Amino acid sequence: MNKKHRMFVRMVTASLVRRRSRMIVALLAIMVGATILSGLGMIYYDVPRQMSAQFRSYGANIIFTPKDGHELFEEEIQKGISFFPQEELEGYTPYRYENSIYRDIPVTIAGTDLSSVLKTSPYWHISGELPKEQGSTLIGKKIAEKFGLAVGETISPVHSFEVTDDMDLSKIPDYEIITDPATGERFCDHVLDLKITGILETGGSEEEYLYVSIADLEDLTLNKRGYDIAEVSVASKQDVLKSYIGRINSETEGISAKLVKRVTASESTVLTKLESLVLIVTVVVLALTMICVATTMTAVIAERRKEIGLRKALGASNAGIIGEFLTEGMVLGGVGGILGSIFGYFFADLVSMNVFSSAITFRPLLIPITIIASVIVTGLSCLIPIRSAVEVDPALVLKGE
Amino acid sequence: MSLLELKDISKIYGGLHALDHVSLTVEKGEWIAIMGPSGSGKSTMMNIISCMDKPTSGQVIFDGKDITRESRKKLTEFHRDKIGLVFQQFHLVNYLNALENVMVAQYYHSMPDEKEALQALERVGLKDRAKHLPSQLSGGEQQRVCIARALINSPELILADEPTGNLDEANENIVLDIFRQLHKEGTSLVVVTHDPEVGEVAQRIVRLEHGKIVSDKRNDHFSDKEN
Repeated sequence: MNKKHRMFVRMVTASLVRRRSRMIVALLAIMVGATILSGLGMIYYDVPRQMSAQFRSYGANIIFTPKDGHELFEEEIQKGISFFPQEELEGYTPYRYENSIYRDIPVTIAGTDLSSVLKTSPYWHISGELPKEQGSTLIGKKIAEKFGLAVGETISPVHSFEVTDDMDLSKIPDYEIITDPATGERFCDHVLDLKITGILETGGSEEEYLYVSIADLEDLTLNKRGYDIAEVSVASKQDVLKSYIGRINSETEGISAKLVKRVTASESTVLTKLESLVLIVTVVVLALTMICVATTMTAVIAERRKEIGLRKALGASNAGIIGEFLTEGMVLGGVGGILGSIFGYFFADLVSMNVFSSAITFRPLLIPITIIASVIVTGLSCLIPIRSAVEVDPALVLKGE
Repeated sequence: MSLLELKDISKIYGGLHALDHVSLTVEKGEWIAIMGPSGSGKSTMMNIISCMDKPTSGQVIFDGKDITRESRKKLTEFHRDKIGLVFQQFHLVNYLNALENVMVAQYYHSMPDEKEALQALERVGLKDRAKHLPSQLSGGEQQRVCIARALINSPELILADEPTGNLDEANENIVLDIFRQLHKEGTSLVVVTHDPEVGEVAQRIVRLEHGKIVSDKRNDHFSDKEN
């Protein structure tokens, strides 16, 4: 760096440091603009994730069923969910359904992993609690009303099944085998006493089921088989989910994966509208911010007309003066951009915590974008008033006219 | 050869003749005071001499070169290389210290040199105030910084516009002493003033009225020795 460059740096630094009060006003305007840009940018990119998470409270958005000739065991489900990024997978719940009779009325029993059920069905409202031990059950509200059952009472569904040679009927006390004289098929009834720990209220068909653990269901039916369905909850946009499903269906043998269209279609519609809204707000606020920064820079430069006149009287070229003022503006823009990136993150986090009740995802890429945008916006905001200011007649300015 | 020749210069603003067929010659090493009341055309003449304005008609010849029709860029270069300006309002950059204010003139002229700038400040008796900002200097000190800035590029002509207009008597004397010293060293000086005391110390006094030179005489009281 030669003496001329050093003097240039010295002048720019002196202007920024020794004119603190003026520079702070300009810096504040730039920083507020950069904060809003960075914050809204972060919110814009985070809205799909936040909204997907919100939509997950409406239930699973993907279901796995076994393909024809296959069974859906835990192993298959694990293969299926391995296609989803870990951070997007909210949870999964497998279900196996069996018929039973209670007080001569058919009742469907759903065997499931009761510890994971709320991950895919967070909207379930339970009076009482989920079963924690074997021999207990959660019953739907309609069943409770139909049979006049309450928490703490016992329900004893009867399951009739065809007896096969490999069954160990010794688990059933006083069992009785009935043989169909026409077909020769043998049947047996098994009763299981289940203590009711909770009553489920959803307003949907879930209220017509009786929920037990897989172990209880296997005890009741005396057989182990694959699941009928697995509900999976994944926080992603519809088109991304479709690509996952395409891969699962083509790359796994036993799983048929499908979107729950009722959930994903409405989610996609709302998301698109919300993204558009945030984008419009971002663009409008950015435009207003640019006007604000431009106005501030115009005022800052206008009060330095005399200095510009003096520099011209000392022999400065217009290009030289534009270069000096533009450098000052861009340094301010850079500093404002750095501060704005930091404050923008906290601003976005505050908005996210208030609107979505969860922290914002920090996106490092937005830092250089904010700084570059801030430098460009400030540079452009300075350029127009500077170009006008350097046209001043130094003789008039120095005379105070 | 004369340093500066104004030949039949007129400057018309709208219908107003700020300068009306004025001719003036400044010899090398000469100290001229241009005097006159407000509106007499002093400032217009100074602007034309300093190349910050062009005449409506007439010729400006500086060091043998006709610069009347030069482009704005050429005039800026010419003015930067040949003329040092001293203002009534000092016009220092308020966020640069005294030393940096002098170095700014070097920066636009050639190459900043802190040592030379410090010597210029020493010449006007302000070496120990080099790191002070204009707001920390008195009016007289600010004017001396302004003079140091005008001197730093060794101009052929120092052009001062009401250099003592904002100063008290003590500071006025200091500034005039510096001018005397510069004149002794051979620097040409054109001082625009309406203050008779400032005019009286010059070698030659030119009086303007209504845009015309009404008198141009050598100062009988001027003496290098005395001054």
